[in-house]
Amino acid sequence: MKTVIIKYNAGNVQSVMYALERIGAPYLLTDDEAEIRSADKVIFPGVGEASTAMAYLRQRGLDKVIPSLKQPVLGTCVGMQLLCRYSEEGDTTCMGVFDVDVRRFPATPGLKVPHTGWNNLTTMQGPLTEGLTENPYVYFVHSYCADVCPETSAVCDYVRPFSAMLQKDNFFAAQFHAEISGNVGQRILENFLKIDKRV
Amino acid sequence: MLTKRIIPCLDIKDGRTVKGTNFVNLRDAGDPVELGAIYAREGADELVFLDITATVDERKTLIELVRNVAHTVNIPFTVGGGISSIADVSALLNAGADKISINSSAVRNPDLVDELAQEFGSQCIVVAIDTRFVDGEHIVHTHGGRRPTELRTIVWAKEIENRGAGEILLTSMDTDGTKAGFALELTAQISGAATIPVIASGGAGSMDHFVDVFTTGKADAGLAASIFHFKEIEIPALKRYLSHQGIPMRTTR
Repeated sequence: MKTVIIKYNAGNVQSVMYALERIGAPYLLTDDEAEIRSADKVIFPGVGEASTAMAYLRQRGLDKVIPSLKQPVLGTCVGMQLLCRYSEEGDTTCMGVFDVDVRRFPATPGLKVPHTGWNNLTTMQGPLTEGLTENPYVYFVHSYCADVCPETSAVCDYVRPFSAMLQKDNFFAAQFHAEISGNVGQRILENFLKIDKRV
Repeated sequence: MLTKRIIPCLDIKDGRTVKGTNFVNLRDAGDPVELGAIYAREGADELVFLDITATVDERKTLIELVRNVAHTVNIPFTVGGGISSIADVSALLNAGADKISINSSAVRNPDLVDELAQEFGSQCIVVAIDTRFVDGEHIVHTHGGRRPTELRTIVWAKEIENRGAGEILLTSMDTDGTKAGFALELTAQISGAATIPVIASGGAGSMDHFVDVFTTGKADAGLAASIFHFKEIEIPALKRYLSHQGIPMRTTR
């Protein structure tokens, strides 16, 4: 099995690479279109600022490549946000795989932004959360989030309920950092690597 | 619900944990990687590795250690000690650290906070504040709490937040090592004023001290070192206790 991690400027991809190594899944870190298209699984990570990241993807044509992929794709954190329609961060038009917008958490007394730490998932659906105990905890660090929508496959609640995970066809996404979310995160990554559906 | 975090801190010198530990089941009590992995298994929510010597020569050892920790541990960890440039941070993040922590270098050059936040994002920039009560005021100290500055702690906390810090690690030098409890009033004051999370450190001696720091102290996370290393408090028992006291805690199975 060939797993590709998309290489771009919004990455602490290091921890994703280590997580795959712990699972024993070989991977390739690349921004080459042919390599990405020929992969069995594609992971699209991201830590950083949305508009800068989108500009980089556009420059390399990856903004067209990623939405057209047919194999299972997993976007995490900013990677997930870039797969949405639009992000308030830097007033950014994103790739529009998921039909939802990304907005900043509103300032709320007593609730800190960024949403930092372990929070639990509810109303989980789909293959990625299979085998997990009820309301499992995963690690979040983010100031922007996607609303709950028909494509939401797990909900988290902070200030308001938001999409912790999204799923549409072969596209999967997680707002949290599965790669450092303990055994729960590891199971989610393993579940993703087991999906054999191409569309 | 977002949980409060329990964070063991490991002091590192020459790539080894400095303070002794009571982990009899450790093959090598001085091995930070093994100790970190045990804490992660026991349910620690994050780890902090503090390089207390951090000279240029020792940097390479630290980078190697960070790489090994990142490879082994599947929870977030922060690395601090002697970090003063974008290059330092870049090297640590590339080795697999999730966050870095700066202290004296931020006081010396506050623009560093802005630069790091811009370059790497606020989410990975922790600013540590060592504070001491002097003549009726909480004053920021540097160099392991030995050297006073002109800065009032609350003013400095707001400044680093405005400059783009993602988190504050607040250590009270008055309570540190006393095991008499966290500096609750100060922690509540800083946490109440800040819009970013505050990690409270210094003074933990009992499970109730953690209850206090999360309720009265309004802290987002509690950090301690020796009480965990010497197994005076074990993390699973602590988290169960806090949970029973109504403090939101991550449960692991």
